[in-house]
Amino acid sequence: MEEVVINSGDTAWMLISTGLVTLMIPGLALFYGGMVRVKSVLNMMMMSFGALAIVFVLWIIVGFSVVFGDSLGGSGLVGDPTQFLFLNGLDNADAAIGTIPAAVFIAFQGIFAAITVALISGSIADRAKFGSWMVFAAIWATLVYFPVAHWVFAFDDFVAKTGGWIANDLGALDFAGGTAVHINAGAAGLALAIILGKRVGWRKEAMRPHSLPLVMLGAALLWFGWFGFNAGSAVGSNGTAGLALLNTIGATVAALLAWLLVEKIRDGHATSLGAASGVVAGLVAITPACAAVNASGALIIGALAGVLCSLSVGLKFKLGIDDSLDVVAVHLVGGIVGTVMIGVVGVDVGLFNGGGTEQLIKQIIGAGAVLGYSFIATLIIGYALDKTIGLRVSREIEVEGIDLKLHAESAYETYSSSRGGSSL
Amino acid sequence: MKLITAIIKPFKLDDVKEALTAFGITGMTVSEASGFGRQGGHTEVYRGAEYTVDLIPKIRLEVLVDSSDVEKVIDVIVKAASTGAIGDGKVWSSPVDNIVRVRTGERGTDAI
Repeated sequence: MEEVVINSGDTAWMLISTGLVTLMIPGLALFYGGMVRVKSVLNMMMMSFGALAIVFVLWIIVGFSVVFGDSLGGSGLVGDPTQFLFLNGLDNADAAIGTIPAAVFIAFQGIFAAITVALISGSIADRAKFGSWMVFAAIWATLVYFPVAHWVFAFDDFVAKTGGWIANDLGALDFAGGTAVHINAGAAGLALAIILGKRVGWRKEAMRPHSLPLVMLGAALLWFGWFGFNAGSAVGSNGTAGLALLNTIGATVAALLAWLLVEKIRDGHATSLGAASGVVAGLVAITPACAAVNASGALIIGALAGVLCSLSVGLKFKLGIDDSLDVVAVHLVGGIVGTVMIGVVGVDVGLFNGGGTEQLIKQIIGAGAVLGYSFIATLIIGYALDKTIGLRVSREIEVEGIDLKLHAESAYETYSSSRGGSSL
Repeated sequence: MKLITAIIKPFKLDDVKEALTAFGITGMTVSEASGFGRQGGHTEVYRGAEYTVDLIPKIRLEVLVDSSDVEKVIDVIVKAASTGAIGDGKVWSSPVDNIVRVRTGERGTDAI
């Protein structure tokens, strides 16, 4: 690697950004945890925390190398897993990537991998074996996230000489992970929901969010963390980071308003769950586009995401797929909206903003490739795991409550559960 | 001796309690209950999916009275709990064989 000067401003911002993106894990755990019933809150939250742990361990061992190592055979498909095995040569105080210490870049990108896996868990709420989820998380990160992140995030001559095909050969724009993170997780969520099947009582009994204040708090923490996710993806303390941050607010508020407007017109009520969902939909959609659009472009993308994501929620009922917490409607649809809209409103490249159809086509190919690979690979991984170790808990455990039966805990002390007990 | 049981709207509890106290009733038992009558349940909407919730929250209030006071106490409760709208609840009385005050061992009407 060539001699580089570490910039203290860039490093400071990336240290902070790494902390911010890490806060998205408990943010997601609260967002998802509040949406499930009282008997499966802890399991829902544990899937996020568990994903963080297993994926980051893998990240250190081989993940970083698969994403940012030299592309094997120059194919742009997968990085060399041996090049930075156990972060070889990078886990010290002197190594640099760009203008920041390698250690900071590695930590920042590692959390991205963990969040992407955690996002998937929303589609299989209330019914997945925890141990099997952990195995799935490890296999999915290795076979799906790491290669796809290589396609999208590994630029030539940044960490290694040769990078991924979407970033370098195709030239589709994805600043912070509309494809690698959100389309990827959304397509995987769809596949996994199909394999696990519907929850007992789905569409027959009320499956209401047990705590909307937790959902609101979770959405707010995700938003806060997302400033690190998006503005941190500038990998520097500069104007690009500033623009990304501005757009991360603009698109999000537009999506919040749009989601509520759809609800008000369709159902007659503007709901708090709608506001929280609109926030996340807007954040998802602006993720790939936050450095490619101006402020009005961000408003357009946010508003479009709010409308399309909220309308997409109904699809699962038509298709009969119990995507429990709407990973598809929010992350897959939101990710597609943001990725494709770069080709429409992106500054200098968008169809309506100084470009032709060239970028738009690149964006669609990039989105489609990630969607297709993730969906098919997840179907195969999920099917294999379901036939071997089993992915779903027994009907008895599911009905009586996965928290109590699987984790031997209950989320809240209630009168009935706190009486009659004794400590042994 | 009779047990009067009243199912009332939760926000009417204070009114009923004050009216009963003013009448001279010195004790009662109140619990949270849920159920439905002619009012039916209500509808909640989550991400556009409608859920009909059959059971709505109510207050269940129980008072032990001497048989001679039954009609008067029922009237007090009904007057205080009424809003005139659907869902106001119900009041009924049932016979009680015996009552014992745990502290003193008093029995029958003395224990009311």
